[in-house]
Amino acid sequence: MSIAITMTVNGREVSGSVEPRTLLVEFLREHLRLTGTHVGCDTSQCGACVVLMDGASVKSCTTLAVQGDGATITTIEGLANGTTLHPMQQAFNDHHGLQCGFCTPGMVMSAIDLVARVPNPTDADIRKGLDGNLCRCTGYQNILRAVKAGAQGMQTGMGG
Amino acid sequence: MYAFEYHRPSSLDEAVALLTSDDIKLLAGGQTLIPTLKQRLAMPDALVDLGRIEALKGIRTEGDSIVIGARTTHAEVAASEEVRAAIPALARLAGLIGDPQVRNRGTIGGSVANADPAADYPAAVVGLGATIHTNQRTIPGDSFFEDLFTTALDDNELITAVAFPIPQAAAYEKFANPASGYAVVGVMVAKTAGGPRVGVTGAGPCAFRAPALEEALAGAFTPEAAKGVSMPATGLNADIHASAEYRAALISVLASRAVAAIG
Repeated sequence: MSIAITMTVNGREVSGSVEPRTLLVEFLREHLRLTGTHVGCDTSQCGACVVLMDGASVKSCTTLAVQGDGATITTIEGLANGTTLHPMQQAFNDHHGLQCGFCTPGMVMSAIDLVARVPNPTDADIRKGLDGNLCRCTGYQNILRAVKAGAQGMQTGMGG
Repeated sequence: MYAFEYHRPSSLDEAVALLTSDDIKLLAGGQTLIPTLKQRLAMPDALVDLGRIEALKGIRTEGDSIVIGARTTHAEVAASEEVRAAIPALARLAGLIGDPQVRNRGTIGGSVANADPAADYPAAVVGLGATIHTNQRTIPGDSFFEDLFTTALDDNELITAVAFPIPQAAAYEKFANPASGYAVVGVMVAKTAGGPRVGVTGAGPCAFRAPALEEALAGAFTPEAAKGVSMPATGLNADIHASAEYRAALISVLASRAVAAIG
């Protein structure tokens, strides 16, 4: 059984034919070759696979591609404007909010969702907002600083 | 994941008509079902995706109750002005479930139908005296949860909404597992016209009321009265996270914290 799906990914309308059991992350990575979205734990713990689906952050390893039919998806590849990074990406760069970088795409997507809901997040808001994202390198302190700066950057439209 | 067929009905009737066998499962937010499928712990023939049935979505006030459509996400309940004004404890509970991404997808109907012993919503269903609306009937919250992952729902029955009577006051306190966020124990205490109600999740095979605590609180609605109740450990869950005795002690402690929060 194969199902035709269409979605808008990073502003571009895409379509494909998938098995019902195909995960959204598999569709993004293997069908669309958008490999910036990572699979870490594959058990919905780590958040490396977080993308925005109709504006809300979701774990794409715990979403079926068919559930995304008709949806608007934003992945890490859809954030930068040409060579100008999104303020949240710039803030992660400026504040060294990563070491190996594997969790970073999910961290950035979750942080953007958080700031959309809480424009001036406190440290506690950020910690709670990143509850679904694990980083095994940084100890989180620089991620916290990056998200704080990224939130300011998103308000002013400037890099962090 | 094993292969399965997929249906996406646009109406409730269409969805019910597709439920022709025990091996056809309903897909709501999928935050438990999809991980279960990925681990090959379930092998359904088909999934019926409720995601496009608009009638299952939304929050409304009906008389003295807040009625929440089965497809309403935890994030929507947590952010709802209507819920926050009428039953702030319920909005708070929804905001404590899982993590932000789980709350963006997971639904109240899915959580209640799944009846995970450590899920949060069952404490609210029992503690607030909710009514489960299905495509066939209404089921009192008190008799909805029957055992581990077992509810009063029939095979071809699906939840359409959960109606919560608005209490005079309520509070939910949970001792969350730090890794999963699941309730080691969670307690909803409600002050209602009919007297205090106490709903407990995480402690037993399924959510239950605690009559001993309710009686103590009817005598004196104080944290001390709740703390003074010694809950029996018999029949409670014991696992690597907590012994049955520890869970029993937590019930009284969390109930007293909830009473203190109500003030």
